[in-house]
Amino acid sequence: MKPAPFEYVAPRSLEDALSLMAEHGDEAKLLAGGQSLVPAMNFRLLQPTILVDLNRLEQLAFVQGAEDGGLRLGALTRQREMELNSLVAQRSPLMHEALPYIAHVQIRNRGTLGGSLAHADPAGELPVLMVALRANLRLRSSAGDRWVNAEDYYQGLFMVDMKPEEILVEVSVPPPPARTGWCFVEFARRQGDYALLGVAAQMTLNADGDCQEARLVYLNAGEKPVVATRAGAELHARPPSAELFEEVAHIAAEQEIQPSGDIHASVPYLRHLAVVLTRKALGTASERALAEMQPQ
Amino acid sequence: MAEQHTIRLKVNGVAYEERVEPRTLLSDFLRHHLDLTGTHVGCEHGVCGACTILFDGRAVRSCIMFAVQADGHDLLTVEGLTASESVEPDDLHPLQKAFWDAHGLQCGFCTPGFLMTLVPFLEQNPRPTEPEVREAISGNLCRCTGYEHIVDAVLLAATRMHESATE
Repeated sequence: MKPAPFEYVAPRSLEDALSLMAEHGDEAKLLAGGQSLVPAMNFRLLQPTILVDLNRLEQLAFVQGAEDGGLRLGALTRQREMELNSLVAQRSPLMHEALPYIAHVQIRNRGTLGGSLAHADPAGELPVLMVALRANLRLRSSAGDRWVNAEDYYQGLFMVDMKPEEILVEVSVPPPPARTGWCFVEFARRQGDYALLGVAAQMTLNADGDCQEARLVYLNAGEKPVVATRAGAELHARPPSAELFEEVAHIAAEQEIQPSGDIHASVPYLRHLAVVLTRKALGTASERALAEMQPQ
Repeated sequence: MAEQHTIRLKVNGVAYEERVEPRTLLSDFLRHHLDLTGTHVGCEHGVCGACTILFDGRAVRSCIMFAVQADGHDLLTVEGLTASESVEPDDLHPLQKAFWDAHGLQCGFCTPGFLMTLVPFLEQNPRPTEPEVREAISGNLCRCTGYEHIVDAVLLAATRMHESATE
C-alpha cells in the first residue's frame, strides 16, 4: 500500500503556497497534518499530481485571545496543542472538553485544526464543534480574504464552500454568552475510534433561569454536521427540566438527524443513542449554565 | 519517477543526508534507507500504531508521513531508546525491562510502537492510573496479549522509574 507518485513542494511563504494553488487548482492537494490525506493516498483513493506541504508555514500555527473574549486559532495549530492550551480551556470549555475525543494522541500530535475542518468528515469532532460554537473561517486566495461561517462552510459529504485555490488560514471563535453551559459527548466502540454518534450542546439561560438559546449539533448523523434547529427552538423560553430534555431529545433523534447505520449499529439503535446522548448533554449543559449564574 | 529531494535529519542522535522520492513513507525510509527495522509496519493507514516513532519528541505514526517531511527534524526510533543518557549503553530502557519482566509481549510485532507511544506518555504522566494507561495505548493494536500484561508492564515501569528517581 504505497501512494502513487507526485511532486512535492514545501513553500516557505503563504504567498508561494497561494500561487501554487492558483496555478495547479484541482490537481494539487494541501498537506497539513496529513492524518486523513496520507491514508487516502496510501489506499490510492487520492492521487494528487502535486502536494503542497503547509508545515513550513509556522505563522499559521497559533492560539490567541480575541478582544471580544473569544479565540483566534491558526489553521495549522495541532489538535494536541489546542487540547493542552490553557487559553482554549478558559475561553472555550466546550472545545476543551471535546478535543481529547479526537482519535488518539499520536494522531492529535500531527493532526491540525484546519486540516480536519477542510476534510469535512461528518464523523469529525472539529467541524461539529465549530458549527456549535458559531465559528467563522477565514479563507485566503491570491484574490484576498473572505470569511465564511462554519455552518455555511459545510455543504455535503466531504463538501465545503472552498475553491481549489483557497487556503483556510484562521478560525475565529466567538466567546460564549453569559449564563452559558456546554457539553460534548460521543459514543465509540473503543476509545479513539470514530464515534457511532456524538453531540455538542451549548445552552444559554436568561436572567430568570429559563432557556434562552440552545444549540445541538450532531456528528456522524448525516452528510455534514447536523444542527437540530427544531429541538433547539422547542427549548426556547422554557425552564430546564428532565422532562423537557427528554421531549426535545426525541425531536432531535427522530425528526432531525439522518444516521445511515452500518454493520455495527442499526438506524433505530442510533436514534436511541441520540436520545440518550442528547438527554445527557442537555442535562450537563443546563447544570453548568446554572452554576455560571451562582454568585461567585 | 518524481523528482528526488535531499533531506537532512537526525535519527537517534545521528545526522543523515539522504535522497528520497516524495512518495516514500517515513516508515519505509527508516527501514529501507537507514536499515532501522525496529520500526514495524502493520496497517499502513494510521490505525495499528506499530510504526509509532518520536518526531521532535512527540509520538507520531510514521506510515502516514512522508520522509521528505522529516527534513530538518529530530527523530527517535526504538533503536534509540537504549542510547538515551539515562541508562548504560547495554541496558534496556526501564520500560523495555518492565515489558520483559511483566511479559508485556508475545510475538513482539507491536512492541516498538507501544514503547514509542509510552515513553513520552510516562514523561508527561509519571504516575498513571490503570485507566490512564489503557487510554494511552488505545491507539496501538496488539493481537497476542489481550493488553493485560502490557498494562502491568507500564505500571511496573512507572513504579520503578519513580523509585529510581526518588532514590
